[in-house]
Amino acid sequence: MNFSRIAPRMVQAGFAGAVLGAWHLATSSGQVSPLLLPPLASVYRALVSLLATGNFWPDLRVTGSELLIAFSIAAIGGCVIGYLVGRSGYAVQVFDPLFAGLYSIPAILLFPLYVLFFGIGPGSKIAMGITIAFFPVVLSTIAGLRRVDRVYISAARSMGASGPRMFWRVMLPAAFPVIFAGLRMGLILAFLAILGTEMVASFAGLGHRIVDLAENMDSARMFAYVVFVVGIAFLLNVAVSFVDARLRREAL
Amino acid sequence: MSGATPAIQVERVTQAFGPPGSARRILALEEASIDVARGELVCLIGPSGCGKSSLLNVMGGLAAPSSGKVWIDGELVRGPSPRKVAYVFQENALFPWRTVIENLKLGMEFGRIPKGERHERATRALEAVGLSEFAGYYPGQLSGGMKQRAQLARALALETEILLMDEPFAALDEQTRMVLGEDLSVLLARTGKTIVFVTHSLMEAVFLADRVAVFSARPGRIKHILSVEEGHPRSPAFMTSAKLSALRNQLYEILHDEIRKAMNLRGPESASQAGKGEER
Repeated sequence: MNFSRIAPRMVQAGFAGAVLGAWHLATSSGQVSPLLLPPLASVYRALVSLLATGNFWPDLRVTGSELLIAFSIAAIGGCVIGYLVGRSGYAVQVFDPLFAGLYSIPAILLFPLYVLFFGIGPGSKIAMGITIAFFPVVLSTIAGLRRVDRVYISAARSMGASGPRMFWRVMLPAAFPVIFAGLRMGLILAFLAILGTEMVASFAGLGHRIVDLAENMDSARMFAYVVFVVGIAFLLNVAVSFVDARLRREAL
Repeated sequence: MSGATPAIQVERVTQAFGPPGSARRILALEEASIDVARGELVCLIGPSGCGKSSLLNVMGGLAAPSSGKVWIDGELVRGPSPRKVAYVFQENALFPWRTVIENLKLGMEFGRIPKGERHERATRALEAVGLSEFAGYYPGQLSGGMKQRAQLARALALETEILLMDEPFAALDEQTRMVLGEDLSVLLARTGKTIVFVTHSLMEAVFLADRVAVFSARPGRIKHILSVEEGHPRSPAFMTSAKLSALRNQLYEILHDEIRKAMNLRGPESASQAGKGEER
C-alpha cells in the first residue's frame, strides 16, 4: 500500500464528508430553518426527480444555446482578430494595450445597456458572454503567435516553408498551448457571465430558474439546480481537457 | 562543367543591423569574401558578435545582406534554397510537438519531397546518425546530444549537397561534442557533403575543418584562413596528435588579440553608456 499516494485523497474525501455531515447535523437538529438550508435528503429527492422528469431541459437548452453562440462568436472572432493583429508588429503595438485595457474594465457594467439594446431575452446574455470571452481569446492568440520561438520559424524557412504551410504546421502548433489556455478561460468566463446575467434579468435559463426558486423559497429544488449546474460545469471542464489532449496529440 | 564552380561563393558580404545612419546601427560583418569548394568543410571561428552566424544566415538565404552577394552552385542566393542547402541550428530547433521521425517528415514536406519517399529517407537518415530506436520519441524525451543528432538527421534527409551548421554542438558537454564531432567527420567522408560550420571551439574547428576562417572582432572581417591538411574521416588519434595541437596553438595566436578586442568592446564602461543610450 502506498500511503503517501492515498493520503491526499483521504483528506479530500474527509473534507467533503465533514461538510455534508455538518449540513446534516445543522438541518436535523432543527437549529437551522429548512428555508435557508433544506435537509440533505430533500435536496437529494429534488435532484433525483429533476433528473428523472427532465424538467431541466428547457432551461438547459436556453443557457446552453446562449453559451454555444456566445463562445463560438468570441472564439472565432478572437482567434481571427488575434491572428490579424499578431501578424504585424505595428498592429500589436496599437491593439495589444488597447485590448488589455478594455479587458480590465468590468464588462458586467455594460449589462443594463445590453438589456436596453438587445432586450431581456437571450440577446443580452449572448452579447455579455461575447464581451467577456472575447478578450482572453484575442489576447492569448496575439501573445501565443508573437512568442513563437524564432528558431522554429528559421528552421522551417530554411527547409522551404512559407505562407499557409508555415502557419498551419509551425505557427499554430507552436502557439497552440497559449491560445488554448485563452479559449478555456473564455469558455469559463462566458458561462459565468451568462449564468450571472440570467440571474439579474431574464425570462429563462438555469440562472433564471435558480433565482426564481430562491424567491419562491423552494430551497430544496434550488439546491438541486445548483448541484445540477455544478455537474454541467464539471462536464464542460472534462470535455475541454479531452479536446486539449486530443488536439495536442493528433491534429497538430 | 559545374565541377569547376565552387559550391559556395561569398563576395564582399556586409551585414549591418539597425536603422541606417542611426547611432544604434551595428556593423556586424564587413566585406567578407570566401569560396567553399565542393566536399570541403570550412569552419568559421571568431569572437562573439563577429558576424559569423550572420554570414551563415546570408549563405542559407535566411537573411539578405546589406551589401555583397552569395552564389550557391553558381546561382545567386535570393532566399532559402532547400533543394541545395540544409541547416542545423544551435539547439531546440526540433518541433517539440512532433516526434523525431515526424520532424524529419515535416522537413521533407516543407522541402517538397514526394510523399512516397519520405518514410524511407527518414529511416535512412535516422540510421545514419544512430537514432533509429528513438524515431517515435518526442524531442523533449531526448538528451541534448540526441536532439542534435536528430536535427542533423532532419537536415540529412533533405539530401542536399550543402550543410550549414550554426554552432550545432555549442550547448553540449565536451565529451558529447567530441563524439559527435568524430561521427560528423565519418559522415562527411562518406557523403562528400560541403559543410560550413560555425563554432566557438578552437579544438572543434581544427579537428573538423579542411580550412578554418578566422574572423576579427566586430565589425567582423575574415582575418586569416588556416588550412588543416588531413583527410576525412578523422580518427580519435588525430585529436591527440602533435599536429592538431600545433594548429590549435596557431589558431589561438591569431584569435587571441581579436578576442581581447571583442571583450573590451563590451567592458563595464561601454555597457553603462549603452544603458544611458537606452533610456533616451
